[in-house]
Amino acid sequence: MTRETVINGLLALLLLGVPLWAYLADEPFLITLATKVAILALAGVGLNIALGQGGLVSLGHAAFFGIGGYAMGILASHAQSYTPLAEWPWTIEGSNSMPVIWITAVVTSALAALVIGALSLRTSGVYFIMITLAFGQMLYYFAISWPAYGGEDGLSIYVRNGFPGLNTLDPIQFFAITYVILIATLFFAARLTRSPFGLALNAARQTSERVETVGIVPYQLRLTVFVISGAITGLAGALFADLNRFVSPSMLSWHTSGELMIFIILGGTARLFGPLAGAAAFIVLEQMLGGLSDYWHIHLGLLLLVVVLFARGGIIGTLAGEEVRHD
Amino acid sequence: MTDPILSVHNINKSFGALKASQDVSLDLRPGEIHALIGPNGAGKSTLIKQIAGGLRPDSGMVRFLNQDVTHLNTVKRARMGLGRTFQISSLAMEDTVLQNVMLGALGAHGRTFRFWRPVLRDKALREIAEAALARVNLSDRASFRTSDLSHGQRRQLEVAVALTLSPRVFIMDEPMAGLGASGSVSLTAFLDELRHEAPILLVEHDMDAVFALADRISVLVYGQVIATGTVDEIRANPEVRRAYLGDET
Ligand SMILES: Nc1ncnc2c1ncn2[C@@H]1O[C@H](COP(=O)(O)OP(=O)(O)OP(=O)(O)O)[C@@H](O)[C@H]1O
Ligand SMILES: [Mg+2]
Repeated sequence: MTRETVINGLLALLLLGVPLWAYLADEPFLITLATKVAILALAGVGLNIALGQGGLVSLGHAAFFGIGGYAMGILASHAQSYTPLAEWPWTIEGSNSMPVIWITAVVTSALAALVIGALSLRTSGVYFIMITLAFGQMLYYFAISWPAYGGEDGLSIYVRNGFPGLNTLDPIQFFAITYVILIATLFFAARLTRSPFGLALNAARQTSERVETVGIVPYQLRLTVFVISGAITGLAGALFADLNRFVSPSMLSWHTSGELMIFIILGGTARLFGPLAGAAAFIVLEQMLGGLSDYWHIHLGLLLLVVVLFARGGIIGTLAGEEVRHD
Repeated sequence: MTDPILSVHNINKSFGALKASQDVSLDLRPGEIHALIGPNGAGKSTLIKQIAGGLRPDSGMVRFLNQDVTHLNTVKRARMGLGRTFQISSLAMEDTVLQNVMLGALGAHGRTFRFWRPVLRDKALREIAEAALARVNLSDRASFRTSDLSHGQRRQLEVAVALTLSPRVFIMDEPMAGLGASGSVSLTAFLDELRHEAPILLVEHDMDAVFALADRISVLVYGQVIATGTVDEIRANPEVRRAYLGDET
């Protein structure tokens, strides 16, 4: 077992232990915070797959986060008002079932990633960053100017959506759902890295030319990973909206994209548990510093500067040392 | 006479005012090693890129396996069986040596879009990869990070990746560079055998290797083929001696 594996295990246990303790100590607010960490980490895991393995610096992942959020908001608001979403050509009813909402969020954000990726991936480097940012902003302004679903004010959902056999309004049960999804996704991401696809994708990040020379099209690898990445971040968006019982255009704004990027840089780019370490650090700092001053983002900025200058591997890299990519 | 497997017809390529390929024609026949020699900057690598697909010629044609491939991209030519090594190693430096050859095996077998089973546990691919490493004497380096290899070992790895493709032709851009004397000798012996699997277009500065291996030699100077012939013909060619072999007489 490598040192990184041990650290990853400890992080996973910590994320489980804190809310369990909070549950016993009757501190529901802490459970909610841990839930938020799990969900934001999930969104980060999505971005990290594209960024860390594919080398795709997307500054538009808020688009997928927001699409997932609106998938939840739209389905749940129709279920809440007992009005169908569409009557023609088929009647589509709203839904307040989490599994239905998740599938919708995953499919719609994957489709959006397919379209955005197909266009953006024709460019690379700074142009890619700019185009993904532009797509994200397009969706943001679209949501603001779309009155049917709250426009600028967003959409409130009064009751958390349901999951068969669980009481999702109980914070610890909702936490358990997000935790299981996060761990399952991390497991998938770990498998992906070592899969044939992961091998080719990581090689394409390092040298496109080599990958072409063995008969593999880098564009196809990148588009595929972009879609997987968008789908995961979209699922996180649906959960985030459910956590807050609220969705608004801010989920789509470039601030959100930036925050996801910050989780990854803080936690350690391309490290499996980087997004979890980063999201946890971010939320803890927000709680501690946010109470002290309204300008805590300045401190965050300084911290990021330190990480980028002196600790390129982020939290995981600093704790675990150099990365080993063996079997 | 057998048909050439690969041929280049009147290729021209300019970079601004610089003519990197001028009316270049040459071919590669089954079982042969055709060496391409010439001074630095003569346009050898530029020609290789046009053959492999990374660069479009301004005019002229590339034929491979009796097909005009001038407008096919690198991936399509690779899939047809064009195996290439790079002058400047183009390997995944963060990956292990084994992972780099696995990539070749993966590409050759079109099993890339699989997302679950670890690639290193694919026995069939792994056999191909390990066999290729063994053939270039890199087996004991399989688990090394590629960036930790010496320059010469990277050249060997380049060759190993090309081997995993079981290509119809090999196009090698200075595979001996950085190998050292004993390394050159063993690679020379290896290429001597390899030509029976697929013919080799060999760009090389190591004249001992070229004279030992080549069935034919083409000499490129300022983007132009100034001579093509057997080793003896090229050695005796006064123009070649003046332009390239450094003959003062
Ligand atoms: N993409 C490019 N743009 C402009 N000039 C180029 C480009 N590629 C190559 N050249 C120029 O074309 C000429 C031929 O370069 P090339 O790399 O083909 O030479 P070479 O014969 O392979 O030399 P060497 O033996 O040093 O490898 C050189 O003058 C080089 O500077
Ligand atoms: Mg060259």
